[in-house]
Amino acid sequence: MLDQPNKATLIDIKSVCRSFPKGSGEALQVLEKVDLTIHAGEIVGLLGRSGSGKSTLLRIIAGLIAPSSGDAMCRGETILGPPNGVAMVFQSFALFPWLTVLQNVELGLEALGIDAAERRKRAIAAIDLIGLDGFESAYPKELSGGMRQRVGFARALVVHPDLLLMDEPFSALDVLTAETLRTDLVDLWIEGRLPIKSVLMVTHNIEEAVLMCDRVLVFSSNPGRVAAEFKIDLPHPRNRLDPTFRQLVDTLYARMTQRPGPKTQPAGGAGNIPGTGVGMVLDHVSSNVLSGLIETLAAEPYNGHADLPVLAGQLQLEADEIFHLGESLQLLRFAQLSEGDLVLSDAGMRFAHLETDARKKMFAQHLVEYVPVMGLIKRVLDERPSHTAPAARFRNELEDYMSEDYADETLKTIVSWGRYGELFAYDEQSETFSLENPN
Amino acid sequence: MYFRVIRVPALEQALRPNIWDIVALILVVGAMVLIVYGGEQTTLPLSSLDVAPVSLDPSNLPLYALRTTMRMLLAIICSIIFTFIYAALAAKSRRAEMVLIPLLDILQSVPILGFLTFTVVFFMNLFPGNVLGAELACVFAIFTSQAWNMTFSMYQSMRNVPKDLEEATQSFHLSGWQRFWRLDVPFAMPGLIWNTMMSMSGGWFFVVASEAITVGNTTVTLPGIGSYVALGIEKQDLTAIGYAILTMLLVIIAYDQLLFRPIVAWADKFRFEQTASGNPPTSWMLDLFRRTRALRALTLPFAAVNRAFSNLRINWPVSLPHAAKSSSPSRVVDVIWFVLIAVSTGYAAYRAYDYLSASLGPSDIFAAFGYGLLTLARVIVLIALATLIWVPVGVWIGLRPKLAERVQPLAQFLAAFPANLAFPVFVYLIVHYGLNANIWLSPLMILGTQWYILFNVIAGASAFPSDLREAASSLHLKGWRWWIKVVLPGIFPYYITGAITASGGSWNASIVAEVASWGTTHLTAAGLGAYIAKATEAGDFPRVVLGIAVMCILVTLFNRLLWRPLYAFGERRLRLG
Repeated sequence: MLDQPNKATLIDIKSVCRSFPKGSGEALQVLEKVDLTIHAGEIVGLLGRSGSGKSTLLRIIAGLIAPSSGDAMCRGETILGPPNGVAMVFQSFALFPWLTVLQNVELGLEALGIDAAERRKRAIAAIDLIGLDGFESAYPKELSGGMRQRVGFARALVVHPDLLLMDEPFSALDVLTAETLRTDLVDLWIEGRLPIKSVLMVTHNIEEAVLMCDRVLVFSSNPGRVAAEFKIDLPHPRNRLDPTFRQLVDTLYARMTQRPGPKTQPAGGAGNIPGTGVGMVLDHVSSNVLSGLIETLAAEPYNGHADLPVLAGQLQLEADEIFHLGESLQLLRFAQLSEGDLVLSDAGMRFAHLETDARKKMFAQHLVEYVPVMGLIKRVLDERPSHTAPAARFRNELEDYMSEDYADETLKTIVSWGRYGELFAYDEQSETFSLENPN
Repeated sequence: MYFRVIRVPALEQALRPNIWDIVALILVVGAMVLIVYGGEQTTLPLSSLDVAPVSLDPSNLPLYALRTTMRMLLAIICSIIFTFIYAALAAKSRRAEMVLIPLLDILQSVPILGFLTFTVVFFMNLFPGNVLGAELACVFAIFTSQAWNMTFSMYQSMRNVPKDLEEATQSFHLSGWQRFWRLDVPFAMPGLIWNTMMSMSGGWFFVVASEAITVGNTTVTLPGIGSYVALGIEKQDLTAIGYAILTMLLVIIAYDQLLFRPIVAWADKFRFEQTASGNPPTSWMLDLFRRTRALRALTLPFAAVNRAFSNLRINWPVSLPHAAKSSSPSRVVDVIWFVLIAVSTGYAAYRAYDYLSASLGPSDIFAAFGYGLLTLARVIVLIALATLIWVPVGVWIGLRPKLAERVQPLAQFLAAFPANLAFPVFVYLIVHYGLNANIWLSPLMILGTQWYILFNVIAGASAFPSDLREAASSLHLKGWRWWIKVVLPGIFPYYITGAITASGGSWNASIVAEVASWGTTHLTAAGLGAYIAKATEAGDFPRVVLGIAVMCILVTLFNRLLWRPLYAFGERRLRLG
């Protein structure tokens, strides 16, 4: 017992990796050599793009999935199954619709075998604390989203956990509700009224992280790694308009758009898009949205150059969504992402001023030139005498590089972009690509 | 202020009974007396059936109805227990799933009346000389008509439990047993109840058919509505049959009002949805019990026992998918398992071949398949005819909400009514007018099942979005174009659901419908149903087995090659919203 962990250390994660099986049989690396320590008395945020493995890490700590390698310890003991003293709040609330608010809150105590009177007392106390009095006998479906998530919090708090895990707890709520809930929670935390020692929250909302956390870990994608760590010393309650606050948000935006090191930089300048060549994972973004974004960027007040936080604010988009769009534009060479800015390229400027048909032609040209799998499909269709090809032929090739889900998503994107650019026709019934256009 | 008064509605003024208590108490005590009385009757020696045979006196009908209802109730309880065990096993164990689910699929398509042949002999030997054996055989027949689709529904629900709720149960340290009662069962509840109601209609059909049965030289006539009708046929008494139909109507209404409506209204809270539905189902019976005070207080101990029972900390022997490090399942055990399945399948095949080949030749198989094709043709023609009639009617009704509201329960009720009670009326007409049995017996097959098509089409047409209707009329779509382009695709998924149920029911009904008699006149339509029915009567087991096997194959192929692709197409392309 030489390196007896510090008593105040709740969670100790050492070089944890996690991979999931992929279509072709190889494993897809989701987390790579992640280290994380959580001490008592802090709110830690895991910030990253979707698919950066931050939720996976949360679930490893929650004992819901096991790491493929590395050590995950809770209070000095290896995590095998959900540890005692750790409770979780879910993005989707995960309330049992057939139980009332009170019954939902009592559930965790019941599982611990706590007797009925004590159970009721603690449940009522938790319900009071979180501001749900009067709703005890309501069913979740009678409540608004914000109230439902309050039940989720009460259910987690009632077991008096040392560590509260939160998996994007506010992302399913509307803007106003989410803000109220955040400030309520931070207030309770500051006043020391929450029966918990620490909080670990997963989020892709940069402002949320800066607003709530004492420490933020930024994750990079594919595979998920801790790219940077920021300490946030601003006193609570924090003001979003405070220049220091804005500065931190801008820094985090810039950090999240930063390209990975030159070693892993794909040859085409596809930025953060995972995979290279034909194996590039394409997230589905509607061509309408892309055109709309190009037009917005080209027009006043941006004139081809936009600050991402400002753009996200105006378009009411989450950071993650705006990154997505920016990366798709970057892939197609219509724009460049750099240091938290989105800059329209010359091609993008030209595109913004074209008519529909000309836009389609240009879009198609860029697709074939810059999206390798599009070029491949076009070539195959041109070469085959029948000018048709089953989707399975390309799906198999995609699955050599990515999981089935990603292959499906990529294929969906291919079909939708290809249709817009009138590169090929696709028959959903028979799942075949062809060159002929229906007349 | 930390102190609060904790209000438990059921405990408040719990000891002061109100008027609703009295009404509810009478209902409960009455039900208990009836159950005890009916139960006493079943332990009598078999010879008592000869001493007090079924008589056509209408004053006996309430007692017969009670006996029939009790069989039904017992079978439902058995089905539910079976469902919980079988579905849990299939959903929790990958290896069990490999065998159990295909088995269930086949069992679903086995004609239930065929089972009766074997089970009567089995159960009679189990309790020699006692009525209980025959009762159990009858209950088992009903059970086989109910259990499979209930089990399927439960299994599918258990496989589709939302991931976040699953994680929540794990994260809050619920044991496997707690999880089953707190998550799996409640989540499966709405589907299970719906399927139980569907099973009921099948159940009534078979309880009536299996009360008076002859297998070889064993004839059993259990007191009940079915044997009452059988006697009515023998005595050519049309009035008695009228009484039986009337009694059955009342029994089904009582069952619906006293049992199923309260359950459906109560189970509404289990529906997995995040928003409150517009019109929650209601039941006067449930309201009555909810208004009682003393009676609710009496149920508290039961609730406590139920709570303690579902809170037992039992963990399943199978570990949860947590162990990712050893996530690749043991190959060795898999191989042993496969070998075990292969060996027992091979042995079963050998025994079956050995048994059947002793008395059957290839010509028998060809004959059975020939009859099977005849019945298949009947099913197809009848479904087509029912479609032609009920789809336009259903659409017409469904597009008129006021009317649909009134007709829908009626159609569901007709689907639940055991059509075989009405067969004698049709047989009488056929005999009276000397009609061709091969043609005119056929409609009996679909007599009870056509309503599934009707009420599903009504449901589909009612759910048809009004903006699509408005768009169609603003585009001046009329006539056949309106049917082909607008309405038919819109109701297609609903229609298919109804047609699948109707077709399955028709196959089952063929065993009763293709052979009919009125007094001493016996009518037979050539077909697989008649083939099985005759073999059963003659106690010719090899031919019964052959007939059942052929029907199984035809039904399974029919489902796989026609209905499932259509269903998948409807779900993929034509599901609205």
